[in-house]
Amino acid sequence: MNGEPIHQRALFEEAPIPLRVRLIPAWMVIAGSLVTILPVVATLPILPPFGLLLLLGWRLHRPDALRVWAPLPLGFFDDLVSGQPLGSAILLWTLCFLMIELIDSRLVWRDFWQDWLIATGAIAFCLEAGRFFASPFVAHVDTVLVLQIAVTVLLFPVIARLCAWVDRKRDTP
Amino acid sequence: MASSRNRRPGFSRRAQYGLFIGYVIALSGAVVGAVLLAISIFNPPAFSAFRSGMAEVTAPVSGVLGSVVGGVVAVPMGIGDYIAVGGENKRLRKQLADANALLMRARSLSYDNRRLKRLLQIREGSADPVAVARLVNSSASSTRRYATLNAGSRQNVQVGQPVSGPDGLIGRVMETGPDTARILLLADPESIVPVRRTRDGLPAIAAGRGDGSVEIRSVGLVNAPFRAGDVFVTSGTGGIFAPGIPVAKAVSTARDVALARTYAQPETLDYALVQKAFIDVPAPAPAADRIP
Repeated sequence: MNGEPIHQRALFEEAPIPLRVRLIPAWMVIAGSLVTILPVVATLPILPPFGLLLLLGWRLHRPDALRVWAPLPLGFFDDLVSGQPLGSAILLWTLCFLMIELIDSRLVWRDFWQDWLIATGAIAFCLEAGRFFASPFVAHVDTVLVLQIAVTVLLFPVIARLCAWVDRKRDTP
Repeated sequence: MASSRNRRPGFSRRAQYGLFIGYVIALSGAVVGAVLLAISIFNPPAFSAFRSGMAEVTAPVSGVLGSVVGGVVAVPMGIGDYIAVGGENKRLRKQLADANALLMRARSLSYDNRRLKRLLQIREGSADPVAVARLVNSSASSTRRYATLNAGSRQNVQVGQPVSGPDGLIGRVMETGPDTARILLLADPESIVPVRRTRDGLPAIAAGRGDGSVEIRSVGLVNAPFRAGDVFVTSGTGGIFAPGIPVAKAVSTARDVALARTYAQPETLDYALVQKAFIDVPAPAPAADRIP
């Protein structure tokens, strides 16, 4: 390449978003997954899955923030640090994204309550399925799991606000 | 109320193909995830290299964070200790005097024990310490109970070695990296430790429940009665754990299966001692850690 731009931008065309700005949502999801490295040795699965929360927050707030295949690398990273068997987040997060794509095509006009409901379904699905992948059926983890799901669902509006705030900052540099 | 953004890319063939390929990648991603999941469920150590590589990076961060938190917490505790030191001193002196008599008795018992064992020519395994390190973080959002230890194969930590804290058994090593190791805690639903009751040597196993406690199941004896307050220590059966490490105390009176609380408190982030496997097993079978 001789430094010549391939595509000459028209006069009124929007400036392309720089890559580091476009990658902010992905970095936030990775940071959310990394909450597990906080120096806490928990005897109960009580920490909400922040990676999943941020993923859902971004996806429901801005459908174009993350590509439809983004759960593949992000889920892989989450599996490395979460303690779940490898592949669990890749599969579950991707299924969530495809499900949300489907809902997007059916339920076009919706407000935050519907988004919250969708997030509730996705969180409950991911945590419940992850529990069956990771722990034997007889393990006594279900009471705590219900609590974890409840905490995570209640945290979703906060995360959604965070995503919206970052998105606004991101658009107005 | 706003519509979610329309993702149809218009008439551009290139953009349409891009979108289509995105869906193809997502769907194949789901398939790849399912395959990886199946592999890691049926062969848990399969991807340990990836995980320990990641732990190598994250464990130092956790360690630094932990020491910062510990330092901040230590300041008010230090002040409180200083104020309470007078009463504490008196109490400790009394306790020391009480314990001294007990210690003398225990010493003579221990001597007797060694002498009798030598007479019987029992082949003892060794429980030499391998490494002392901190637990730095854990799988707090998962239903599995793993913790990361700040020492690995470069400190001679090996898979299968028992890990104990100042109060009792913590768990055992599952995976090792160069400077980190993954510890299966006692409370994990797939952890099983052979134990015996201190009162009468009744053999049992302590199996993790997943909710922070363990349950004591009797082996051999049908209708074994457990009383609340029964103390269980490792029995040495199986050759991993040295005998006599405190494991758990029963909290309910029950038959055959009793709820128990572990002595070790891994959430205090205290030092953990890795010991040699009691009797060296040549090569631990990879599937041995799963419940049959």
